[in-house]
Amino acid sequence: MRLFDLADLPVRDLNQLLHNLTPETNDTRWRIVNPEGEHNIAVGVDANINIEIDGHAGYFCGGMNKLARISISGNAGQGVGENMMSGAIHVQGDASQSAGATGRGGLLVIEGNASARCGISMKGIDIVVKGEVGHLSAFMGQSGRLVVFGDAGEALGDSLYEAHLYVRGNVASLGADCVEKELRDEHRAELHTLLEQAGEAGKVDVSSFRRYGSARALYNFHVDNAGAY
Amino acid sequence: MCGIAGLFLKDRNLEPDLGGMLEAMTATLCSRGPDSAGFAIYGAGTPGFSKITLRVDVDNAEAVASFIAALGIPAQCIARDTHLVVTVPTTDVAWLRATLTEQLPGVTVVSEGQRLELYKEVGYPTDVAKRFGIGTMSGTHGISHTRMATESAVTTDGAHPFTTGADQCLVHNGSISNHSSLRRELRQDGIEIRTQNDSEVAAGYLTRAMRDGKTLGQALEASLSDLDGFYTFVVGTESGFGVLRDPIACKPAVMAETERYVAFASEYKSLTRLPGIAAARVWEPKPATVYFWER
Repeated sequence: MRLFDLADLPVRDLNQLLHNLTPETNDTRWRIVNPEGEHNIAVGVDANINIEIDGHAGYFCGGMNKLARISISGNAGQGVGENMMSGAIHVQGDASQSAGATGRGGLLVIEGNASARCGISMKGIDIVVKGEVGHLSAFMGQSGRLVVFGDAGEALGDSLYEAHLYVRGNVASLGADCVEKELRDEHRAELHTLLEQAGEAGKVDVSSFRRYGSARALYNFHVDNAGAY
Repeated sequence: MCGIAGLFLKDRNLEPDLGGMLEAMTATLCSRGPDSAGFAIYGAGTPGFSKITLRVDVDNAEAVASFIAALGIPAQCIARDTHLVVTVPTTDVAWLRATLTEQLPGVTVVSEGQRLELYKEVGYPTDVAKRFGIGTMSGTHGISHTRMATESAVTTDGAHPFTTGADQCLVHNGSISNHSSLRRELRQDGIEIRTQNDSEVAAGYLTRAMRDGKTLGQALEASLSDLDGFYTFVVGTESGFGVLRDPIACKPAVMAETERYVAFASEYKSLTRLPGIAAARVWEPKPATVYFWER
């Protein structure tokens, strides 16, 4: 176990150590203490390691992550897991806005609430939020899955492409071109897998979720709209 | 960018530490706003008396204090760097302000109120706090701001907080698009707006609403439909402290509450300096929702 104390050394030093890791490294367990809301903790990691962050993280924690499994014991600031490629990030507390923004892969699990724009422009990431999400979540989501146990704020899935959205609570309103769709067996199976990964297998009934997706009326050119150009 | 810190104390035992706590919070926000800084402190007040905070040329502070002492009204002056806090009977405030405007044109009235003192200057926030001795001040609540200028120039007048009414102040992070037309409207309604700054217009808007009978909470509620732009506001009154984010909520905000205090900051980093923060309830204020605490 490698211990890194952010009270003693700056976050740049930490990230440099993490970037220097090779695929053969034996330093596969890291514990980071005294994060105190510092920004950019464990950004750009490309190594199959476990990182525990003991406390609250600032902006962009775990951004661009590849392979690493990152756990944050407190809250995460804006843009946690931004543009994540693979691996997993687990936030025990709440996440601020734009959690998982533009993420291309991997799994982001938030035990608490996520605020506005959760999964904005998601491109393949899977996000499981066990609390609520704020307004404009999954805005322009292209692919990947967003699962929300609680309520979703206004304009969910606005201008949505092909991301799959599952919400168990109330949706304040749907954004442009986002519609409710039938929850079929294939979607129940998809949800089951995601819930299993998020540690909730068997605890939550997959049929209690409602499915939302793109009506595909906005992003395809339609000849009837030719006059608008 | 810009950074905001706000602190509202519930536990009276913390009051001597208000300035120190606010200074420590503000120090973490320098990178968000290196251009200027300002501090509004709600300190002790005496019924029947008002405090006027004046901005003077630092070499001229003694002369201004002597001028006021010779006016024949009971006045007490405390000099802090470029600012002079003058305590006078509330009945003499209007006359004193008129006299100063007429006879000492280089002196600017920064704030007025029974308890509010307001300090702001161009410079790096930690330096500004030291110059005014913010860390030694006591009070019940306070608000600070670090500015990265966007809509108007880096000047002391453009620094936050803004006040346009007795014991009222506002700090702002964001940008208000309809400030020109609102400024015109407010001036016609008798609200004094001194700068080209959009945030001063927001402060004036709230002042007018409260003058016309609204509570601070109602005034903030009304601003949601009348102000066009993005903003996070933290406002103070003689006895209250409020927070409002616009419906889109672009600008960051985090709050913490314990039995001893309520705190607001642009970033969680600022809150780490507070006592008992590990056990505090920490949350992100919701968009278009008025949060308000009153003593």
